[in-house]
Amino acid sequence: MASKPELYWEDFPVDEEATFGAYEVKREDMIEFASEFDPQPFHLNEEIAKTSLLGGLATSGWQNCAIAMRIMWDGYLHKSASMGAPGVEEVRWRKPVYAGDVLSMRRKTLETRRSKSRPGMGLVRFGWEMFNQNGDLKMTMEGWAMFECRTGEKAGA
Amino acid sequence: MWFEDFKIGARMELGSYTFSEDEIIRFAKKYDPQPFHVDPVAAKDGPYGGLIASGWHTSATWMKLMISLRQSTPRSAEDDSPQGGPSPGFFDMRWPNPVRAGDTITYTAECVELVPLKSRPEWGIVRHKNEGFNQDGKMVFHFIGQGLMPRREPGSDLPG
Repeated sequence: MASKPELYWEDFPVDEEATFGAYEVKREDMIEFASEFDPQPFHLNEEIAKTSLLGGLATSGWQNCAIAMRIMWDGYLHKSASMGAPGVEEVRWRKPVYAGDVLSMRRKTLETRRSKSRPGMGLVRFGWEMFNQNGDLKMTMEGWAMFECRTGEKAGA
Repeated sequence: MWFEDFKIGARMELGSYTFSEDEIIRFAKKYDPQPFHVDPVAAKDGPYGGLIASGWHTSATWMKLMISLRQSTPRSAEDDSPQGGPSPGFFDMRWPNPVRAGDTITYTAECVELVPLKSRPEWGIVRHKNEGFNQDGKMVFHFIGQGLMPRREPGSDLPG
């Protein structure tokens, strides 16, 4: 961490809502990601994509997750005392994401608790919604994230 | 494959992948630039005691191996099924242990649930439990994935 974090576990009150990002999905990034990780025809070939359930060349859902992560980082994680995440409870890919979509993420804080096993660490469960510039809901995500506590046994030791 | 060809309990080995430090950093710089994913020096003092792969990198690599296996498996002469469809999402993603540079992860998939769809009678949802283990046998990755597969015999509620 280059500088002292601004956001600790205590700074995520339940029910707080916040929106982050304007991440533009570029065609070349879409092709690059799909070529490396998800080379299915409907992520790479315009003509095949048009006749698929996606209705056009769309990102890999895994890229949407990665983009969500990037929006979180740029939005608030970079100034937080993040300790990573144990996983993600649920992701729903609601609508395809196309090149040119400008994505944002709305965060709602659902639940918080201190870690029992790791003093000085707290957990926060967030609910996330990803929208494009027209307000189309593209993806939802729910899961826990881990942060250092500002106050706690570690800080007080 | 058709929806009807999947059997609950059937297991697949998807193959193994070795994560290099360069690849871990390249992925994370673009999508998940937390210090413990991009900066080996800062990572030493971080919560994981060293550089680790983004969980999304571990996850995307599962997809890479799944597709690679699917595309390298020749279709049998009598398999006239169309392509599988996109996935509606997934559940219970867990990264219980970190993936470090040089780790070789072996991925597996086991069919756990088959769900015919009322809303799209020509498709069914196939659910797999997917896991990844490192060279020491420690689980580093787990999730319940879903895929739409075409039905050989579409549901009786098909319109018309």
